[in-house]
Amino acid sequence: MELKSNVPAGPIEQKWTKHKFEMKLVNPANKRKYTVIVVGSGLAGASAAATLAELGYQVKCYCYQDTPRRAHSIAAQGGINAAKNYQNDGDSVFRLFYDTVKGGDFRSRESNVHRLAEVSVNIIDQCVAQGVPFAREYGGMLSNRSFGGAQVSRTFYARGQTGQQLLLGAYQALERQIGLGAVKMFTRHEMQELILVDGRARGIVTRDMISGKIESHVADAVVLATGGYASVFYLSTNAKGCNTTAIWRAYKKGAAFGNPCYTQIHPTCIPVTGEHQSKLTLMSESLRNDGRIWVPKKKGDTRSPAQIPEAERDYYLERKYPSYGNLAPRDIASRAAKAVCDEGRGVGSTGLGVYLDFADAFQRLGVDKIRERYGNLFDMYERITGENPYQVPMRIYPAAHYVMGGLWVDYNLMSTIPGLFVLGEANFSDHGANRLGASALMQGLADGYFILPYTIGNYFASNKFEKLSDTHTAYKSGESSTAARVQKFLSINGQRTVDSFHRELGGIMWDFCGMGRTEKGLQTALQKIPTLREEFWKNVRVLGTGEEINQSLEKAGRVADFLELGELMCLDALERRESCGGHFREEFQTADGEALRDDQNFTHVAAWEFAGDAKKPVRHVEPLAFENVHLATRSYK
Amino acid sequence: MNITLHVWRQKNRNAEGAFVTYQARDISPDMSFLEMLDVVNEGLILKGEEPIAFDHDCREGICGQCGVVVNGSPHGPRKATTTCQLHMRSFKDGDELTLEPWRANAFPVIKDLIVDRGAFDRIIAVGGFITAPTGNAPDGNAILVPKLAADRSMDAAACIGCGACVAACPNGSAMLFVAAKITHLGYLPQGQPERDRRALAMVARMDEEGFGTCTNHGECEAACPKEIPIEFIARMNRDFLKAALFTPAERAAASDGG
Repeated sequence: MELKSNVPAGPIEQKWTKHKFEMKLVNPANKRKYTVIVVGSGLAGASAAATLAELGYQVKCYCYQDTPRRAHSIAAQGGINAAKNYQNDGDSVFRLFYDTVKGGDFRSRESNVHRLAEVSVNIIDQCVAQGVPFAREYGGMLSNRSFGGAQVSRTFYARGQTGQQLLLGAYQALERQIGLGAVKMFTRHEMQELILVDGRARGIVTRDMISGKIESHVADAVVLATGGYASVFYLSTNAKGCNTTAIWRAYKKGAAFGNPCYTQIHPTCIPVTGEHQSKLTLMSESLRNDGRIWVPKKKGDTRSPAQIPEAERDYYLERKYPSYGNLAPRDIASRAAKAVCDEGRGVGSTGLGVYLDFADAFQRLGVDKIRERYGNLFDMYERITGENPYQVPMRIYPAAHYVMGGLWVDYNLMSTIPGLFVLGEANFSDHGANRLGASALMQGLADGYFILPYTIGNYFASNKFEKLSDTHTAYKSGESSTAARVQKFLSINGQRTVDSFHRELGGIMWDFCGMGRTEKGLQTALQKIPTLREEFWKNVRVLGTGEEINQSLEKAGRVADFLELGELMCLDALERRESCGGHFREEFQTADGEALRDDQNFTHVAAWEFAGDAKKPVRHVEPLAFENVHLATRSYK
Repeated sequence: MNITLHVWRQKNRNAEGAFVTYQARDISPDMSFLEMLDVVNEGLILKGEEPIAFDHDCREGICGQCGVVVNGSPHGPRKATTTCQLHMRSFKDGDELTLEPWRANAFPVIKDLIVDRGAFDRIIAVGGFITAPTGNAPDGNAILVPKLAADRSMDAAACIGCGACVAACPNGSAMLFVAAKITHLGYLPQGQPERDRRALAMVARMDEEGFGTCTNHGECEAACPKEIPIEFIARMNRDFLKAALFTPAERAAASDGG
C-alpha cells in the first residue's frame, strides 16, 4: 500500500487556490450522469449531500436514525471557529492554522489544516445565509467568544446549541434537495458492506432497520461521513447509536486506518453513578472559567464538601499548573483528575469524581451573575444528578468524547480505496493528536460544503465509469455476506446480552487505552480483547428475527466491529512509543509528568492496512513535515 | 425501588397491540428513565423474551429521537425534560407507570414504543428552509440581524422535532412544530423572501399528512421539552393568512417591494 498524500506543490497559502484551478471539472450537463452515495447525515454528510445535489449530481443519502436531523453533530454545545477577525484582535487565517497545528501537538498535515483555516470564513457566511441564528450584538453584528485557551475571540455560537443550529441549517438544505427530488434519502438504513468493483468504491449494502431488507445500492463514488468511534469505550459522550461499522467495513476492504489510538478524553463530564450507566453527559468546558477544581487532601475522606475546611482541600490544577490553573488544556486536566482519583482521593459514591466548586465565584460575582452565565448548564446538572449546584459543588470526571483517528485520506479527502471519500470525524482528520474546542464543527462543514464538492468532480472527470447494475456479483456477494452475518448473530443464542459485551470491552479500553497507556497495560488489553471477541461469537444472545425492527441485532453488528477496532487501537497505541496530545504513554513523560514527544521517530501518521482476520495489520507511515509552524514543546506550567 | 410497568407492545405497523405488564426491580433513583428500560430489557433477554423496542439516541435531550408517553404525559411528568433526561428519582417506590408510544394519526406505530415521524421531514422539505445554495453567501456581517430578532429566532429554532406536541394535542396537531420553524426563519432578514411561500407550503403539507388543527388547548406548550411557546402558532396563522389573502402575483410584488 502506498500512501500518496497528493498535496499540491507551492507555498502553503496558495496550495488550495492553485489546486482548485488545476482540478478537472465536470460539465454541468454531465453531472447528473454521476451517482454519489453519502453515508451519514451529520454536519459533514448533510452538507456534502445537499451541496452535491445543488451542483447537479444524483445523490443518495443514508442514516440510521429516523430522520437526518438527529445525527450526533446536533449535540455539540460550544461553537465553531472561524478566522474572521471581526473582533479586530489579531486573528488571521494563518493564526487559526498555527493554533490548530500546535494544538494538535504537531501530528497533523500542515496543508490540510491551512485549507481548513482558509474555508472557515466561508462556513460562517454560508450558515448565516441559511438562517442559522448565531448570537448577535445589539448593532446586529455577529458575536464572538473565546474558547479553549485561544488568545483571540474567533468562536461563533448559538447559545449552548451551536451544533444543533448548524446541523439544522445543513439538514434544511438537504431536505430542500430531497423535496426537489435531487437527493433520495434512506432513513433507518444502516450500511453493512462497502462494494468494490475493479478496486474502486462502487456502492454499499444496507439493512433496512424496519423491514430487515438487505439491499445493494450502486454509485460512482461513496462518501463516508459516519462520525467517530468513541463509543468503543461504551461510556462516552457520543450518542448510543454512534458506531464504527461503516469505516470498519471499509477498512476491511482496503481503506487504511489513520492513527486509531488518538482519542480525546473530555475533562468535565457528569460522573458515572453505577453499573446501569448508559451514557455520559458533557458539561461545557466554559465552566472552568469560574469554577475551581479540588479534592480532599486525605484519602477516603467521606465528609460532605462543606465540612472539609479550606486547609484540607487540594486545588490540584492550581497547585500543579499555577499559570493556567483550572484552565489547563483538556488532556492535562483529564489526566490530573484520574491521578487524584487513582490515589483514592476521588469524591462521590464511586470515588471517581472531583469537585468543580463555584463558591468563590458566587462570592466574587454574585449568584445572579453565575446564573446568567451558566444557568442552563446548572439546570442540566440538577436534572441529571438531583443535586443543586448552587448549594453543593458539582462533581465531574473525564469521559471519552471524540476521536482524532479515522480512515486515512489524501488531500482530496479520498481514502486508499479509489472513489471512497471520508469526511468529518470519520477521517483521520486535521486535528493531529488533539483537537481544539470549536474545531470539530468547522472541519465537518469545511469537508462537506467546500472541499469534497470540488475534489469529487476531479475524480469523476479523471476516470471512466462503466455502467453497473446491482445484479453484478460484487453486490450479490456483499448481500449474501451481510445476510450470513445476520443469521450468525441470531443463531448463537448464548447466555450474555450484547450490552454486557460492550460494557466489558469499554472497561478494557478505558483501563488500558484511555487517559494513561503503558506497554504492559496495552499488552494486557491485546490479550483480553481477542478472548472477549471469541466469547462474543459463541455466547451472545440476540432474540427475534432479521425481518423486523430488532435493536439487539443492530447493536450486535456494531459491537462485533468495536471488538475488532479496540484491538487495532491498542496496537496503534503500543507501537506509538511517545506521548503526544491525547495519546499519553506513561513511559514517555518529562520529569514533571508532561507528555514527551519523540519527533525523531514519530513525526508521522500511522496508517494501518488490514491483512486478514487472523493476521496482524500492517503499519504504514506518512511522514509529516512542519515547514510553516516549527516543532516546539507545549508547556502549561 | 420497584416499579410496575404497563407497556404497549406491538409487533409492527399492521399488528394489533396490547399492554403487557413488567416489574422493574431494584431500580436506582439515579438511573435515567431509559436506563431503567435498559435494565428491564436485559432481564427480558436473559429470560428469552423479546426486549421492548424504544427510540433513543443522544440521551442528552437534544437529538429528539426519544419519546415515551408516561401515564398520559409525553416525555413524562417533569417539565422541560425529554424522556432521556428524566430520572427515576421523579418516581416513587411502588409506582405503576403506563408507557405508550406517541399516539397520533400522522405518526403510525411501527413497533412497541417506536413511531414513524417521517411526516415532519416531509413538511420541512416543502418549505422549512432558506434557499441558499452553497457558495452564494455574502459576508456574515453584511446581513445585520437585530439582537432581539436573533434571540427570538433562536427560541423557536430550539425545537428538537421530537413530536411531543403532536402526542399531547387532543387533535394530533403539528402546529407547534410547524410554527417553530416558520418563526425561526421568519424572524430573520434572510427568511423574508420566501416567507409567504413557506407558510402556505408547510401548512398545506401539514394538512395532507393528516395532522389535526389547533383549538387552543395549550397541551403542546406544556409538553414541549424545549418550552416553545404557543404564541408562535398565532404568528404562523398571521403569516399564513397574509399569504393566503393575496394572489400569487400580489405576493410576488409585495415581497419584491418589501
